[in-house]
Amino acid sequence: MNDLISIRVDGREVTVAEGMTVAAALLGAGISGFRRSVSGGVRGPLCGMGICFECRLTIDGVAHSRSCQILCRDGMEVRTDD
Amino acid sequence: MIEGSLAEVCIIGGGPAGLAAAAAAVQRSARVVLIDDNPHPGGQIWRAEARGVRHVEVQSRLARIPADRLTILGQTSVVAAPATGELLVETPAGSRMIGYERLIIATGARERFLPFPGWTLPNVTGAGGLQALVKGGLPIAGKRVVVAGSGPLLIPVAATLREHGAEVLAIAEQAPRRRLIRFGLSMATDPAKLRQAGSYWRALRGVPYLTDCYPVAADGGEVLRRVILQQGAKIWQVECDYFACGFHLVPNLELPRLLGCRVESGRVLVDEWQRTSIDRILAAGEATGIGGLDLSLVEGTIAGHVATGDESSARRLFAKRRRAKSFAEALERAFAPGEVLRDLPSDRTIVCRCEDVSLGGLRPHSNWRAAKLQTRCGMGSCQGRICGPAVEFLLGWRHESVRPPVLPTSVETLVGQSAETE
Repeated sequence: MNDLISIRVDGREVTVAEGMTVAAALLGAGISGFRRSVSGGVRGPLCGMGICFECRLTIDGVAHSRSCQILCRDGMEVRTDD
Repeated sequence: MIEGSLAEVCIIGGGPAGLAAAAAAVQRSARVVLIDDNPHPGGQIWRAEARGVRHVEVQSRLARIPADRLTILGQTSVVAAPATGELLVETPAGSRMIGYERLIIATGARERFLPFPGWTLPNVTGAGGLQALVKGGLPIAGKRVVVAGSGPLLIPVAATLREHGAEVLAIAEQAPRRRLIRFGLSMATDPAKLRQAGSYWRALRGVPYLTDCYPVAADGGEVLRRVILQQGAKIWQVECDYFACGFHLVPNLELPRLLGCRVESGRVLVDEWQRTSIDRILAAGEATGIGGLDLSLVEGTIAGHVATGDESSARRLFAKRRRAKSFAEALERAFAPGEVLRDLPSDRTIVCRCEDVSLGGLRPHSNWRAAKLQTRCGMGSCQGRICGPAVEFLLGWRHESVRPPVLPTSVETLVGQSAETE
Protein backbone atom coordinates (compact mmCIF):
# COMPACT_ATOMS: atom_id res chain seq x y z
CA MET A 1 0.00 0.00 0.00
CA ASN A 2 1.22 3.44 -0.84
CA ASP A 3 1.71 6.19 1.71
CA LEU A 4 -1.17 8.54 2.26
CA ILE A 5 -0.68 12.20 1.52
CA SER A 6 -3.07 15.11 1.56
CA ILE A 7 -3.97 17.69 -1.02
CA ARG A 8 -6.38 20.63 -0.75
CA VAL A 9 -9.20 20.92 -3.26
CA ASP A 10 -10.95 24.31 -3.17
CA GLY A 11 -9.75 24.62 0.41
CA ARG A 12 -11.02 21.20 1.48
CA GLU A 13 -8.48 18.62 2.61
CA VAL A 14 -8.53 15.35 0.66
CA THR A 15 -6.45 12.33 1.67
CA VAL A 16 -5.10 10.33 -1.26
CA ALA A 17 -2.63 7.54 -1.89
CA GLU A 18 0.73 8.71 -3.17
CA GLY A 19 1.13 8.03 -6.88
CA MET A 20 -2.46 8.91 -7.79
CA THR A 21 -3.12 11.36 -10.56
CA VAL A 22 -4.93 14.53 -9.52
CA ALA A 23 -7.89 13.63 -11.76
CA ALA A 24 -8.24 10.21 -10.12
CA ALA A 25 -7.96 11.79 -6.67
CA LEU A 26 -10.82 14.23 -7.30
CA LEU A 27 -13.11 11.61 -8.85
CA GLY A 28 -12.29 9.28 -5.98
CA ALA A 29 -13.29 12.01 -3.52
CA GLY A 30 -16.66 12.27 -5.26
CA ILE A 31 -15.85 15.46 -7.18
CA SER A 32 -16.97 14.78 -10.74
CA GLY A 33 -17.43 18.37 -11.96
CA PHE A 34 -13.98 19.78 -12.70
CA ARG A 35 -14.89 22.91 -14.62
CA ARG A 36 -17.67 24.82 -16.34
CA SER A 37 -17.76 24.98 -20.12
CA VAL A 38 -18.08 28.29 -22.00
CA SER A 39 -21.87 28.00 -21.84
CA GLY A 40 -21.92 26.81 -18.24
CA GLY A 41 -22.16 23.02 -18.56
CA VAL A 42 -20.42 20.89 -15.91
CA ARG A 43 -17.47 18.90 -17.23
CA GLY A 44 -15.13 16.25 -15.95
CA PRO A 45 -12.34 14.03 -17.31
CA LEU A 46 -12.94 12.43 -20.70
CA CYS A 47 -9.83 11.02 -22.38
CA GLY A 48 -7.67 10.29 -19.33
CA MET A 49 -4.52 10.75 -21.41
CA GLY A 50 -3.85 14.45 -21.73
CA ILE A 51 -5.58 15.12 -25.03
CA CYS A 52 -8.98 16.65 -24.31
CA PHE A 53 -8.26 19.25 -21.59
CA GLU A 54 -11.65 18.58 -19.97
CA CYS A 55 -9.95 17.71 -16.66
CA ARG A 56 -8.02 20.94 -16.46
CA LEU A 57 -7.61 22.52 -13.04
CA THR A 58 -5.50 25.15 -11.38
CA ILE A 59 -2.77 23.17 -9.64
CA ASP A 60 -0.37 24.96 -7.29
CA GLY A 61 -1.31 28.21 -8.97
CA VAL A 62 -0.76 26.98 -12.52
CA ALA A 63 -3.97 27.42 -14.50
CA HIS A 64 -4.96 25.03 -17.27
CA SER A 65 -3.09 22.05 -15.79
CA ARG A 66 -4.14 18.68 -17.18
CA SER A 67 -4.97 16.87 -13.96
CA CYS A 68 -4.92 13.40 -15.56
CA GLN A 69 -1.21 13.79 -16.35
CA ILE A 70 -0.09 15.15 -12.98
CA LEU A 71 0.58 13.08 -9.87
CA CYS A 72 -0.56 14.27 -6.43
CA ARG A 73 2.08 15.74 -4.14
CA ASP A 74 1.69 16.31 -0.43
CA GLY A 75 0.34 19.79 0.24
CA MET A 76 -0.76 20.38 -3.34
CA GLU A 77 -3.32 23.17 -3.81
CA VAL A 78 -6.00 22.38 -6.37
CA ARG A 79 -8.76 24.66 -7.62
CA THR A 80 -11.69 23.59 -9.78
CA ASP A 81 -13.49 25.84 -12.31
CA ASP A 82 -10.27 26.75 -14.08
CA MET B 1 21.21 14.75 -21.17
CA ILE B 2 22.73 18.16 -20.63
CA GLU B 3 21.02 21.29 -21.85
CA GLY B 4 22.02 22.23 -25.34
CA SER B 5 23.43 18.82 -26.24
CA LEU B 6 22.35 16.91 -29.29
CA ALA B 7 20.48 13.62 -29.49
CA GLU B 8 21.57 11.26 -32.22
CA VAL B 9 18.11 9.75 -32.12
CA CYS B 10 15.17 11.49 -30.53
CA ILE B 11 11.98 9.49 -30.09
CA ILE B 12 8.64 11.14 -29.39
CA GLY B 13 6.34 8.78 -27.53
CA GLY B 14 7.15 6.09 -24.95
CA GLY B 15 4.57 3.50 -25.94
CA PRO B 16 5.40 0.14 -27.53
CA ALA B 17 6.65 1.64 -30.82
CA GLY B 18 8.80 4.25 -29.07
CA LEU B 19 10.27 1.76 -26.60
CA ALA B 20 11.00 -0.73 -29.38
CA ALA B 21 12.66 2.05 -31.37
CA ALA B 22 14.78 2.97 -28.34
CA ALA B 23 15.85 -0.66 -27.78
CA ALA B 24 16.98 -0.94 -31.41
CA ALA B 25 18.63 2.50 -31.57
CA VAL B 26 20.79 2.04 -28.46
CA GLN B 27 22.51 -0.90 -30.14
CA ARG B 28 24.42 1.62 -32.26
CA SER B 29 23.96 4.94 -30.53
CA ALA B 30 24.72 6.12 -27.03
CA ARG B 31 22.77 9.33 -27.36
CA VAL B 32 19.13 8.35 -27.57
CA VAL B 33 16.46 10.54 -26.02
CA LEU B 34 12.87 9.47 -25.47
CA ILE B 35 10.26 12.14 -24.80
CA ASP B 36 6.89 11.30 -23.28
CA ASP B 37 3.99 13.41 -22.09
CA ASN B 38 3.06 10.96 -19.31
CA PRO B 39 4.71 10.61 -15.91
CA HIS B 40 5.94 7.09 -16.84
CA PRO B 41 6.78 5.46 -20.19
CA GLY B 42 4.55 2.66 -21.51
CA GLY B 43 2.03 4.58 -23.58
CA GLN B 44 -1.59 3.69 -23.16
CA ILE B 45 -1.39 -0.07 -23.44
CA TRP B 46 1.47 -0.44 -20.96
CA ARG B 47 0.39 2.39 -18.69
CA ALA B 48 1.90 2.29 -15.20
CA GLU B 49 -0.43 1.65 -12.29
CA ALA B 50 -0.71 4.26 -9.53
CA ARG B 51 1.19 2.00 -7.13
CA GLY B 52 4.21 3.45 -8.89
CA VAL B 53 5.14 0.16 -10.50
CA ARG B 54 6.02 0.26 -14.16
CA HIS B 55 4.22 -2.20 -16.39
CA VAL B 56 6.13 -5.48 -16.54
CA GLU B 57 6.69 -5.08 -20.30
CA VAL B 58 8.20 -1.63 -19.77
CA GLN B 59 10.40 -2.87 -16.94
CA SER B 60 11.79 -5.78 -18.89
CA ARG B 61 12.42 -3.68 -21.99
CA LEU B 62 14.15 -0.87 -20.09
CA ALA B 63 16.20 -3.40 -18.11
CA ARG B 64 17.83 -4.53 -21.36
CA ILE B 65 18.84 -0.98 -22.30
CA PRO B 66 22.08 0.34 -20.74
CA ALA B 67 20.99 3.37 -18.72
CA ASP B 68 23.82 5.57 -19.99
CA ARG B 69 22.67 5.22 -23.60
CA LEU B 70 19.05 6.33 -23.16
CA THR B 71 17.65 9.48 -21.55
CA ILE B 72 13.94 9.41 -20.78
CA LEU B 73 12.22 12.76 -20.39
CA GLY B 74 8.82 12.18 -18.73
CA GLN B 75 5.98 14.68 -18.42
CA THR B 76 7.55 16.41 -21.35
CA SER B 77 5.49 17.79 -24.22
CA VAL B 78 6.73 18.96 -27.60
CA VAL B 79 5.19 22.38 -28.19
CA ALA B 80 6.95 23.55 -31.34
CA ALA B 81 9.54 22.67 -33.97
CA PRO B 82 11.21 25.98 -34.75
CA ALA B 83 13.68 24.50 -37.28
CA THR B 84 14.67 21.12 -38.71
CA GLY B 85 16.67 19.28 -36.10
CA GLU B 86 15.20 21.23 -33.19
CA LEU B 87 12.29 20.76 -30.85
CA LEU B 88 10.97 23.11 -28.22
CA VAL B 89 9.75 21.05 -25.29
CA GLU B 90 8.08 21.85 -22.01
CA THR B 91 9.15 19.87 -18.96
CA PRO B 92 8.05 20.20 -15.33
CA ALA B 93 11.28 22.16 -14.79
CA GLY B 94 10.59 24.61 -17.60
CA SER B 95 11.11 24.75 -21.33
CA ARG B 96 14.18 23.77 -23.31
CA MET B 97 15.39 23.01 -26.80
CA ILE B 98 16.36 19.53 -27.90
CA GLY B 99 18.46 19.02 -30.98
CA TYR B 100 18.36 15.79 -32.96
CA GLU B 101 20.05 14.13 -35.90
CA ARG B 102 17.23 11.64 -36.48
CA LEU B 103 13.70 11.87 -35.15
CA ILE B 104 11.27 8.98 -34.68
CA ILE B 105 7.62 9.90 -34.31
CA ALA B 106 5.81 7.35 -32.17
CA THR B 107 2.91 9.47 -31.00
CA GLY B 108 0.43 6.59 -30.99
CA ALA B 109 -3.31 6.96 -31.13
CA ARG B 110 -6.21 8.27 -29.17
CA GLU B 111 -9.80 7.19 -28.87
CA ARG B 112 -12.32 8.38 -31.41
CA PHE B 113 -15.17 10.11 -29.63
CA LEU B 114 -18.54 10.35 -31.35
CA PRO B 115 -21.15 12.70 -29.91
CA PHE B 116 -24.51 11.55 -28.59
CA PRO B 117 -26.91 13.47 -26.33
CA GLY B 118 -25.41 13.67 -22.85
CA TRP B 119 -21.84 12.73 -23.80
CA THR B 120 -20.50 15.88 -22.12
CA LEU B 121 -21.81 14.87 -18.67
CA PRO B 122 -19.22 14.23 -15.96
CA ASN B 123 -18.51 10.51 -15.54
CA VAL B 124 -19.05 9.84 -19.23
CA THR B 125 -15.46 9.08 -20.23
CA GLY B 126 -13.55 7.32 -22.93
CA ALA B 127 -13.26 3.55 -22.64
CA GLY B 128 -9.47 3.72 -22.59
CA GLY B 129 -10.05 6.98 -20.72
CA LEU B 130 -11.65 5.27 -17.74
CA GLN B 131 -9.01 2.54 -17.82
CA ALA B 132 -6.31 5.21 -17.67
CA LEU B 133 -8.03 6.95 -14.76
CA VAL B 134 -8.30 3.66 -12.87
CA LYS B 135 -4.64 2.94 -13.52
CA GLY B 136 -4.06 6.48 -12.24
CA GLY B 137 -5.58 5.41 -8.92
CA LEU B 138 -9.31 6.07 -9.32
CA PRO B 139 -11.09 3.68 -6.94
CA ILE B 140 -13.68 1.84 -9.04
CA ALA B 141 -14.60 -1.03 -6.69
CA GLY B 142 -18.35 -1.42 -6.41
CA LYS B 143 -19.04 1.16 -9.14
CA ARG B 144 -21.51 0.25 -11.87
CA VAL B 145 -19.93 0.74 -15.29
CA VAL B 146 -21.17 0.32 -18.84
CA VAL B 147 -18.40 -0.02 -21.45
CA ALA B 148 -19.36 0.94 -24.99
CA GLY B 149 -18.20 2.14 -28.38
CA SER B 150 -16.11 -0.01 -30.65
CA GLY B 151 -12.87 -1.88 -31.04
CA PRO B 152 -10.86 -4.65 -29.45
CA LEU B 153 -9.88 -2.18 -26.68
CA LEU B 154 -13.30 -2.48 -25.03
CA ILE B 155 -12.49 -5.98 -23.84
CA PRO B 156 -9.22 -5.34 -21.95
CA VAL B 157 -10.78 -2.13 -20.59
CA ALA B 158 -13.70 -4.10 -19.14
CA ALA B 159 -11.28 -6.70 -17.79
CA THR B 160 -9.15 -4.05 -16.03
CA LEU B 161 -12.23 -2.43 -14.51
CA ARG B 162 -13.52 -5.75 -13.24
CA GLU B 163 -10.13 -6.69 -11.87
CA HIS B 164 -10.27 -3.48 -9.82
CA GLY B 165 -13.68 -4.44 -8.46
CA ALA B 166 -16.06 -2.59 -10.77
CA GLU B 167 -19.44 -4.06 -11.58
CA VAL B 168 -19.29 -4.13 -15.38
CA LEU B 169 -22.94 -4.23 -16.45
CA ALA B 170 -22.42 -4.65 -20.19
CA ILE B 171 -20.05 -4.16 -23.10
CA ALA B 172 -21.86 -2.55 -26.03
CA GLU B 173 -19.98 -2.95 -29.34
CA GLN B 174 -21.41 -1.07 -32.30
CA ALA B 175 -19.91 -3.40 -34.92
CA PRO B 176 -22.24 -6.04 -36.34
CA ARG B 177 -21.83 -9.63 -35.19
CA ARG B 178 -20.94 -11.01 -38.63
CA ARG B 179 -17.96 -8.61 -38.97
CA LEU B 180 -16.74 -9.59 -35.51
CA ILE B 181 -16.96 -13.28 -36.31
CA ARG B 182 -14.87 -12.73 -39.42
CA PHE B 183 -12.37 -10.73 -37.34
CA GLY B 184 -12.23 -13.51 -34.73
CA LEU B 185 -11.55 -16.11 -37.41
CA SER B 186 -8.74 -14.03 -38.86
CA MET B 187 -6.98 -14.23 -35.49
CA ALA B 188 -7.61 -17.92 -34.95
CA THR B 189 -4.27 -18.89 -36.47
CA ASP B 190 -2.31 -16.84 -33.93
CA PRO B 191 -1.77 -18.87 -30.73
CA ALA B 192 -0.70 -15.84 -28.65
CA LYS B 193 -3.84 -13.92 -29.56
CA LEU B 194 -6.00 -16.97 -28.84
CA ARG B 195 -4.44 -17.37 -25.41
CA GLN B 196 -5.06 -13.72 -24.66
CA ALA B 197 -8.66 -13.95 -25.86
CA GLY B 198 -9.13 -16.97 -23.58
CA SER B 199 -7.88 -15.11 -20.53
CA TYR B 200 -10.18 -12.13 -21.23
CA TRP B 201 -13.06 -14.54 -21.73
CA ARG B 202 -12.46 -15.95 -18.25
CA ALA B 203 -11.97 -12.50 -16.69
CA LEU B 204 -15.26 -11.29 -18.16
CA ARG B 205 -17.41 -14.32 -17.46
CA GLY B 206 -21.01 -13.22 -16.92
CA VAL B 207 -20.60 -9.79 -18.55
CA PRO B 208 -22.92 -9.44 -21.58
CA TYR B 209 -21.02 -8.58 -24.79
CA LEU B 210 -23.66 -6.97 -27.00
CA THR B 211 -22.98 -6.47 -30.71
CA ASP B 212 -24.80 -4.06 -33.07
CA CYS B 213 -25.34 -2.09 -29.85
CA TYR B 214 -24.67 1.60 -29.25
CA PRO B 215 -25.56 4.43 -26.86
CA VAL B 216 -28.39 6.75 -27.87
CA ALA B 217 -28.12 9.04 -24.84
CA ALA B 218 -26.70 9.59 -21.39
CA ASP B 219 -28.46 11.70 -18.78
CA GLY B 220 -28.61 12.66 -15.15
CA GLY B 221 -28.54 16.45 -14.74
CA GLU B 222 -25.08 17.55 -13.54
CA VAL B 223 -23.57 14.07 -13.35
CA LEU B 224 -24.24 10.81 -15.15
CA ARG B 225 -27.08 8.68 -13.74
CA ARG B 226 -28.02 6.40 -16.64
CA VAL B 227 -27.37 5.56 -20.26
CA ILE B 228 -29.80 4.52 -22.92
CA LEU B 229 -28.64 1.74 -25.22
CA GLN B 230 -30.07 0.52 -28.48
CA GLN B 231 -29.70 -2.83 -30.21
CA GLY B 232 -31.87 -3.24 -33.28
CA ALA B 233 -35.41 -2.24 -32.34
CA LYS B 234 -34.73 -2.70 -28.64
CA ILE B 235 -34.06 0.44 -26.56
CA TRP B 236 -33.48 0.29 -22.81
CA GLN B 237 -31.85 2.25 -20.02
CA VAL B 238 -29.13 1.21 -17.61
CA GLU B 239 -28.44 2.99 -14.32
CA CYS B 240 -24.68 3.39 -13.86
CA ASP B 241 -21.94 5.43 -12.18
CA TYR B 242 -19.55 5.59 -15.14
CA PHE B 243 -20.09 5.24 -18.86
CA ALA B 244 -16.83 4.37 -20.61
CA CYS B 245 -17.32 4.94 -24.32
CA GLY B 246 -14.84 5.23 -27.19
CA PHE B 247 -15.21 4.34 -30.85
CA HIS B 248 -11.95 2.62 -31.71
CA LEU B 249 -8.81 4.68 -32.29
CA VAL B 250 -7.44 7.43 -34.50
CA PRO B 251 -3.74 8.23 -35.00
CA ASN B 252 -2.24 11.26 -33.24
CA LEU B 253 -1.16 13.39 -36.19
CA GLU B 254 -0.63 16.85 -34.70
CA LEU B 255 3.13 16.48 -34.27
CA PRO B 256 3.87 14.84 -37.63
CA ARG B 257 1.79 17.56 -39.28
CA LEU B 258 3.63 20.25 -37.36
CA LEU B 259 6.89 18.76 -38.63
CA GLY B 260 5.56 18.85 -42.18
CA CYS B 261 5.31 15.08 -42.67
CA ARG B 262 2.93 14.00 -45.37
CA VAL B 263 -0.32 12.56 -44.04
CA GLU B 264 -2.64 10.50 -46.22
CA SER B 265 -5.94 8.80 -45.37
CA GLY B 266 -5.55 9.82 -41.75
CA ARG B 267 -2.09 8.34 -41.20
CA VAL B 268 1.54 9.38 -41.54
CA LEU B 269 2.88 8.22 -44.88
CA VAL B 270 6.06 6.13 -44.51
CA ASP B 271 8.19 4.09 -46.89
CA GLU B 272 9.41 0.54 -46.23
CA TRP B 273 12.19 1.97 -43.98
CA GLN B 274 9.58 3.81 -41.86
CA ARG B 275 10.88 7.12 -43.30
CA THR B 276 8.35 9.96 -43.58
CA SER B 277 8.30 12.46 -46.43
CA ILE B 278 10.65 14.70 -44.40
CA ASP B 279 14.36 13.98 -44.40
CA ARG B 280 15.72 12.58 -41.10
CA ILE B 281 12.22 12.03 -39.67
CA LEU B 282 10.82 8.51 -39.28
CA ALA B 283 7.52 7.30 -37.88
CA ALA B 284 6.36 4.05 -36.31
CA GLY B 285 3.35 2.56 -34.59
CA GLU B 286 -0.25 3.72 -34.57
CA ALA B 287 0.61 7.15 -36.02
CA THR B 288 1.23 5.35 -39.32
CA GLY B 289 -2.17 3.60 -39.09
CA ILE B 290 -4.04 1.68 -36.38
CA GLY B 291 -2.45 -1.77 -36.35
CA GLY B 292 -2.20 -3.03 -32.80
CA LEU B 293 0.66 -3.97 -30.54
CA ASP B 294 2.64 -6.38 -32.73
CA LEU B 295 2.78 -4.01 -35.67
CA SER B 296 3.79 -1.11 -33.40
CA LEU B 297 6.65 -3.15 -31.95
CA VAL B 298 8.05 -4.29 -35.27
CA GLU B 299 7.70 -0.85 -36.87
CA GLY B 300 9.42 0.72 -33.88
CA THR B 301 12.30 -1.74 -34.07
CA ILE B 302 12.72 -1.14 -37.80
CA ALA B 303 12.69 2.64 -37.28
CA GLY B 304 15.29 2.37 -34.49
CA HIS B 305 17.61 0.36 -36.73
CA VAL B 306 17.15 2.61 -39.76
CA ALA B 307 17.72 5.76 -37.67
CA THR B 308 21.12 4.39 -36.66
CA GLY B 309 22.13 3.20 -40.12
CA ASP B 310 21.53 -0.51 -39.55
CA GLU B 311 19.49 -1.28 -42.66
CA SER B 312 20.32 -4.97 -42.69
CA SER B 313 18.78 -5.57 -39.23
CA ALA B 314 15.77 -3.58 -40.36
CA ARG B 315 15.34 -5.59 -43.54
CA ARG B 316 15.24 -8.87 -41.61
CA LEU B 317 12.01 -7.66 -39.96
CA PHE B 318 10.11 -6.85 -43.14
CA ALA B 319 8.37 -10.23 -43.31
CA LYS B 320 7.30 -9.98 -39.68
CA ARG B 321 5.89 -6.53 -40.36
CA ARG B 322 3.97 -7.86 -43.34
CA ARG B 323 2.29 -10.49 -41.15
CA ALA B 324 1.40 -7.92 -38.49
CA LYS B 325 -0.13 -5.69 -41.15
CA SER B 326 -2.75 -8.27 -42.04
CA PHE B 327 -4.09 -7.89 -38.49
CA ALA B 328 -4.24 -4.13 -39.02
CA GLU B 329 -6.35 -4.63 -42.13
CA ALA B 330 -8.69 -6.98 -40.27
CA LEU B 331 -9.06 -4.36 -37.51
CA GLU B 332 -10.04 -1.69 -39.97
CA ARG B 333 -12.64 -3.90 -41.63
CA ALA B 334 -14.17 -5.05 -38.36
CA PHE B 335 -14.48 -1.84 -36.35
CA ALA B 336 -15.27 0.92 -38.84
CA PRO B 337 -18.03 3.05 -37.28
CA GLY B 338 -21.47 2.21 -38.66
CA GLU B 339 -23.68 4.67 -40.53
CA VAL B 340 -26.29 4.60 -37.78
CA LEU B 341 -23.87 6.45 -35.45
CA ARG B 342 -24.22 9.55 -37.64
CA ASP B 343 -27.79 9.88 -36.41
CA LEU B 344 -26.94 9.82 -32.70
CA PRO B 345 -26.38 13.56 -32.14
CA SER B 346 -29.34 15.91 -32.44
CA ASP B 347 -28.83 19.44 -33.72
CA ARG B 348 -28.55 20.56 -30.09
CA THR B 349 -25.82 18.04 -29.20
CA ILE B 350 -22.46 19.66 -28.55
CA VAL B 351 -19.74 18.51 -30.94
CA CYS B 352 -16.85 20.85 -30.01
CA ARG B 353 -16.62 20.56 -26.25
CA CYS B 354 -14.04 23.33 -25.85
CA GLU B 355 -16.18 26.00 -27.48
CA ASP B 356 -19.62 24.41 -26.99
CA VAL B 357 -20.47 24.29 -30.68
CA SER B 358 -23.50 22.12 -31.46
CA LEU B 359 -24.07 20.03 -34.54
CA GLY B 360 -26.84 22.43 -35.56
CA GLY B 361 -24.33 25.29 -35.33
CA LEU B 362 -22.00 23.49 -37.74
CA ARG B 363 -24.58 22.41 -40.31
CA PRO B 364 -24.96 25.77 -42.14
CA HIS B 365 -21.25 25.70 -43.04
CA SER B 366 -19.64 23.76 -45.84
CA ASN B 367 -16.14 23.13 -44.48
CA TRP B 368 -13.87 23.38 -41.44
CA ARG B 369 -12.48 26.74 -42.34
CA ALA B 370 -15.85 28.43 -42.60
CA ALA B 371 -17.17 26.69 -39.50
CA LYS B 372 -14.07 27.64 -37.54
CA LEU B 373 -14.28 31.31 -38.46
CA GLN B 374 -17.99 31.52 -37.65
CA THR B 375 -18.28 29.21 -34.65
CA ARG B 376 -14.73 28.74 -33.21
CA CYS B 377 -15.21 24.97 -33.62
CA GLY B 378 -11.86 23.26 -33.04
CA MET B 379 -10.18 26.43 -31.76
CA GLY B 380 -10.28 25.70 -28.03
CA SER B 381 -7.79 24.06 -25.72
CA CYS B 382 -7.72 20.68 -27.45
CA GLN B 383 -7.31 22.32 -30.86
CA GLY B 384 -9.73 19.95 -32.55
CA ARG B 385 -8.21 16.75 -31.19
CA ILE B 386 -11.59 15.55 -29.90
CA CYS B 387 -14.06 17.19 -32.30
CA GLY B 388 -11.85 16.77 -35.39
CA PRO B 389 -12.42 13.03 -35.91
CA ALA B 390 -16.09 13.46 -34.89
CA VAL B 391 -16.70 16.20 -37.44
CA GLU B 392 -14.89 14.20 -40.08
CA PHE B 393 -17.22 11.26 -39.42
CA LEU B 394 -20.40 13.33 -39.10
CA LEU B 395 -19.91 15.91 -41.84
CA GLY B 396 -17.00 14.61 -43.90
CA TRP B 397 -14.76 17.63 -43.23
CA ARG B 398 -11.11 16.93 -42.65
CA HIS B 399 -9.39 18.82 -39.82
CA GLU B 400 -5.79 19.44 -40.79
CA SER B 401 -4.50 22.75 -39.62
CA VAL B 402 -1.90 22.64 -36.90
CA ARG B 403 -0.09 25.65 -35.68
CA PRO B 404 2.45 25.95 -32.91
CA PRO B 405 2.18 25.73 -30.01
CA VAL B 406 0.52 22.35 -30.54
CA LEU B 407 -0.59 22.37 -26.91
CA PRO B 408 -1.61 25.32 -24.76
CA THR B 409 1.69 26.35 -23.29
CA SER B 410 3.05 28.78 -20.77
CA VAL B 411 3.89 32.31 -21.78
CA GLU B 412 7.39 31.72 -20.35
CA THR B 413 7.98 28.94 -22.87
CA LEU B 414 6.96 31.11 -25.79
CA VAL B 415 8.82 34.18 -24.58
CA GLY B 416 11.89 32.02 -24.02
CA GLN B 417 11.62 30.76 -27.58
CA SER B 418 11.37 34.20 -29.18
CA ALA B 419 14.24 35.47 -27.03
CA GLU B 420 16.42 32.63 -28.30
CA THR B 421 15.62 33.22 -31.95
CA GLU B 422 16.28 36.97 -31.79
